[in-house]
Amino acid sequence: MLVTIAGRPVHVNEEGFLTDAGEWDEAVAAALAADIGLTLSDEHLAVIRFVRRDFAERGTSPTLRRVSSVGGFEIKRLFVLFPKKPAKKMSYVAGVPKPIGCV
Amino acid sequence: MKHLLVLGAGSAGTMTVNALRPRLAQDEWRITLVDRDDEHHYQPGYLFIPFGHYRRDDVVKPRGRFVPEGVELVLDEIDRIDPQACTVSLGSGAVLAYDELVIATGTAPRPDQTPGMLGPEWRRSVHEFYTLEGALALAEALRTFEGGRFVAHLCEMPIKCPVAPLELLFLADAHFRERGMRDAVELVYVTPLDGAFTTPLAAERLAGMLEQRGIALESDFVVEHVDDDAKALVSYDERRVAFDLLVSVPVNMGADFVARSGLGDELQHVSVDPHTMRSHQHANVFALGDANDLPISKAGSATHYSVEVFADNFLDHVQGRPMRSAFDGHVNCFVETGGGKAVLLDFDYQTPPQPGRYPLPGIGPFTLLEETATNHAGKLMFKWLYWHVLLKGRALPLPKARRGNAPREVIP
Ligand SMILES: Cc1cc2nc3c(=O)[nH]c(=O)nc-3n(C[C@H](O)[C@H](O)[C@H](O)COP(=O)(O)OP(=O)(O)OC[C@H]3O[C@@H](n4cnc5c(N)ncnc54)[C@H](O)[C@@H]3O)c2cc1C
Repeated sequence: MLVTIAGRPVHVNEEGFLTDAGEWDEAVAAALAADIGLTLSDEHLAVIRFVRRDFAERGTSPTLRRVSSVGGFEIKRLFVLFPKKPAKKMSYVAGVPKPIGCV
Repeated sequence: MKHLLVLGAGSAGTMTVNALRPRLAQDEWRITLVDRDDEHHYQPGYLFIPFGHYRRDDVVKPRGRFVPEGVELVLDEIDRIDPQACTVSLGSGAVLAYDELVIATGTAPRPDQTPGMLGPEWRRSVHEFYTLEGALALAEALRTFEGGRFVAHLCEMPIKCPVAPLELLFLADAHFRERGMRDAVELVYVTPLDGAFTTPLAAERLAGMLEQRGIALESDFVVEHVDDDAKALVSYDERRVAFDLLVSVPVNMGADFVARSGLGDELQHVSVDPHTMRSHQHANVFALGDANDLPISKAGSATHYSVEVFADNFLDHVQGRPMRSAFDGHVNCFVETGGGKAVLLDFDYQTPPQPGRYPLPGIGPFTLLEETATNHAGKLMFKWLYWHVLLKGRALPLPKARRGNAPREVIP
């Protein structure tokens, strides 16, 4: 589905996750964040950049454990930055697919 | 003489040597299988131990019985792989050189990864059923349980057999009913997922089954520690779930030597190509079964289907041809729902579980995503199939729903 986010056309799925990570930029991120009630700080952006880099390298969205153990961000802090559903929210704002906690 | 070395003589390792020994000439290939002990466990049977349906003897057999002639079984601890030198060192100090390596050392529960879990309440009011020892201890605890909050808990995905904690709850519900004490027990499921299961339709159906049984669902709960004194699970966002009896599925991790050898991801699982199960790093290293990072359930059925693909490919591989078979991520699992019924899930990389029928001459059809007695018979039959058919590398009489010409009948 094609929608307009931050003034540009972007493809998203039913849940609003970007389907093409290439259509992402920081303006899109800010709009997605606002959509779920977040205002992005540098700390948020550092996490988001790790999520995008890891997704680009591995082709899957990182789990909470991975963001913590590989990215070096504390899980407790991630719950403060992205309350209640950090794994899902980080991916949403980073423009990568919703992480599937493998079936 | 070439040497195929298989690490781990559980489901995957045993299936692998049984599938390959007849297909590799004895005078060209030596095959060695390594495991730390001589007890092969039928792990799906652990589920039935807490309720007294199975005993130790039902789930443990000597490994040698399932290892074909022409394969040497070495009992030793695996200490490290040196993928550059193509050697594996063992606990005894022995070093084995290989031409081709299969890592099949599975994944194991690690209660040590959650602070407080191994405290004084461990195996008193804090339990697990992912080891035989744990399942036996839980059986004992259940026998004397007089009621209160029974909490089943999943720490983190992925775990092997992701439906097992739900099955435990369904069986517990039936068990407490049978004992006439269901009213005295509050059943709760605590999960880090946003629902009862991962994929939407199965999550919805399974959530419905929890609700029907009056089992509360506490989702999006990522455990930070177990508060042993207060008998509560505490999450990173400071939610608390109190328990009288906790049955947790600890974090599942691959073997420590995988990490020591530089082959593991953050959970010590070996990163592989999802279609060939070959290591991304080393062309002569494969990882089969729970030890790898395939984006699919860690289950005996997935192991079986993937080992079939691997065995075909291995012959191409050692003759320098491109590997022609591709694993499609096929898994099926019976979900025991108590009262003599079960649900069957069938899925792969592309297709999530959905309702339908699954043909099986003689016994079936099994009904997908619905509770039936036939599905329960299938679950029990699985134990017999496991010991007599699967481990020996014979074909499973369950059709491959999406690959062969015996497709599922999907009810619209
Ligand atoms: C409670 C429970 C219920 C389950 N229910 C089902 C079900 O209903 N259906 C289904 O399909 N699957 C089920 N499973 C999953 C199934 O048991 C596994 O997917 C399967 O056993 C995977 O096989 P594997 O060979 O990869 O690992 P395993 O069978 O675990 O074998 C790994 C082997 O490696 C050895 N090993 C590990 N490290 C070392 C070392 N350092 N040195 C020497 N040896 C080592 C171990 O001793 C072990 O023998 C269940 C699992 C559990 C725990």
